[in-house]
Amino acid sequence: MIRPFGINEFWFIVMAVQWTLALSAVAFAGGALGGLAVALARVSPAAPLRYAALGFIRLFQGTPLLMQLFLVFFGLNIFGSGVNPWVAAAIALTLHASAFLGEIWRGCIEAVPKGQSEAAWALGLRYYDRMKSIVLPQAAKIAVAPTVGFLVQLIKGTSLASIIGFVELTRAGQIINNATFDPFTVFGLVAALYFILCWPLSILARRMEARFAVATRR
Amino acid sequence: MRYRARLGDAAGRSVLDYQFNFAPVFRNFDQLLAGALVTIELSFGAMILGTIVAIACAIGKTAGPKPVRWLIDAYIELIRNTPFLVQIFFIFFALPALGIRLSPNVAALTALTVNVGAYATEIIRAGIESINRGQVEAGVALGLKRWQIFRNIIIKPALRTIYPALTSQFIYLMLTSSVVSVISATDLAAAGNNIQSQTFAAFEVYLVITAMYLVLALGFSALFSAVQRYAFNYPLAR
Repeated sequence: MIRPFGINEFWFIVMAVQWTLALSAVAFAGGALGGLAVALARVSPAAPLRYAALGFIRLFQGTPLLMQLFLVFFGLNIFGSGVNPWVAAAIALTLHASAFLGEIWRGCIEAVPKGQSEAAWALGLRYYDRMKSIVLPQAAKIAVAPTVGFLVQLIKGTSLASIIGFVELTRAGQIINNATFDPFTVFGLVAALYFILCWPLSILARRMEARFAVATRR
Repeated sequence: MRYRARLGDAAGRSVLDYQFNFAPVFRNFDQLLAGALVTIELSFGAMILGTIVAIACAIGKTAGPKPVRWLIDAYIELIRNTPFLVQIFFIFFALPALGIRLSPNVAALTALTVNVGAYATEIIRAGIESINRGQVEAGVALGLKRWQIFRNIIIKPALRTIYPALTSQFIYLMLTSSVVSVISATDLAAAGNNIQSQTFAAFEVYLVITAMYLVLALGFSALFSAVQRYAFNYPLAR
C-alpha cells in the first residue's frame, strides 16, 4: 500500500540523523586512535613498522569503502552465527578512517621541522616525551583543517552502511521511499539533511585552512 | 532489522572451522571480468565527461558573470556535501518523476560525471589561478588568439600543475563507482553481488573483487604516471 509523505515520514527520516551521527562519532573516535598509531608507525625509525603501516594505508586507500564494509560484514559472519550491522559498520569505518587519518597525520608530523625533534633528542627527551610534548602538539595545529575535511568524507561514507542493513539516514530514506514512492521528496530531504551536517564542517575546514595559510606565510 | 549480536560460535564449532570455497568465484570469473570492464568504461567515461564539465565550470567560476558563478558554487557545494549514494538514488529514482528515465548504466555514468565534475572543478580552478597573469599578457603581446592563449598558456600548464591531484581524484572515482551496483548497474561490484546471491560464498567473492579493485587502482596509477611522463616531458618554465 502506498501512503502519502506526511509529517510522520518526515520525522522518521529526520530522527535517523542521530544514527548517522552516532556511527560517524564511533568511526571518528576509533579512527583517531587507529590513525595516530598508523601515523606514528609510518614515521617510526623501525623499517618493518613503517612498511606495515604503508601497506595498511595503501590497502584501504586502494579499495572501495563498500568492499571494506562487505568484507568485514561477511568476514565477521564466518566467525560467528550472524552479525550486527552496527558492529560491522563501526569496525569497517574505523579501519577506513584509521588509514586515511594515518596518512593525513603522517604528513602533519613530517611538516614539523626536523630540528624540533633533534633539539628535543639533544635535550635528552625520550621518544614518548619528544612526541607528546614537542612534535605532536605542533603537528596537531597543522592537522586540524584537513582532519575536519576528512570528517565530512567520513559522514558521507556512513551512508554506505545502509547497504549492509544499518538503518541510518540513507536507509531511513529508502524505507520511506518504498512506502510512499515519492523519491523526489524523500531523497531531496535526505540530501538536504546530509548537506546541513556537512556544509558547516566544510566551511569551517576551509576557513581554518585559509587562516593557517596566512599564519604560516613568510 | 534482524541481528544476532554474538561474535562467538553458536554450535560449539571451532572458530577456524570455516571452509573457504573459492571454486564458485573462479567458475564465474568471466562475469567478474565483464564487470571489471564496465567499471573501467564507467570510470574513463566519467573522467572524460567530468573533466569537460569541470573545465567549463572552472572557466565560468573565474570569468563568468555573478549569477553563473553563484550557480556553479551551489553545484559544487551541493555535490561535495552529500553522499554519492544519495546522489545516485536521486538521479535513478527521482529524475523519472520529472520525465527523465535513465537505464542503470547511463544513470551510473551520469551520477559519476556530475560527482567528479564538482571535485575536479575546484582542482582545475586552483590550477588556472596558479597561472601568472604576466604569462597571459605575454601571450596577448605576442598576438596569440584567445583560444591559443587559453589552450597553450592557461590549460596546459595548469593541467601539469594539478595533474597529481586530478589523477588521485580519478582513482577515488573508480573506487566510488562500486556504489553504482546498488541501482543494478552491471559493474564489478554488481557482478559480485550476482555470484554471491547464487553461490552464498559471500566472503570469498568480495575478497576476490576487493583484490581486483586494488589491481585496478594500481593499474590506473601506473597508467597515469606513464601519461604524465609522456605528456609533460617538456622543461618547466622559469
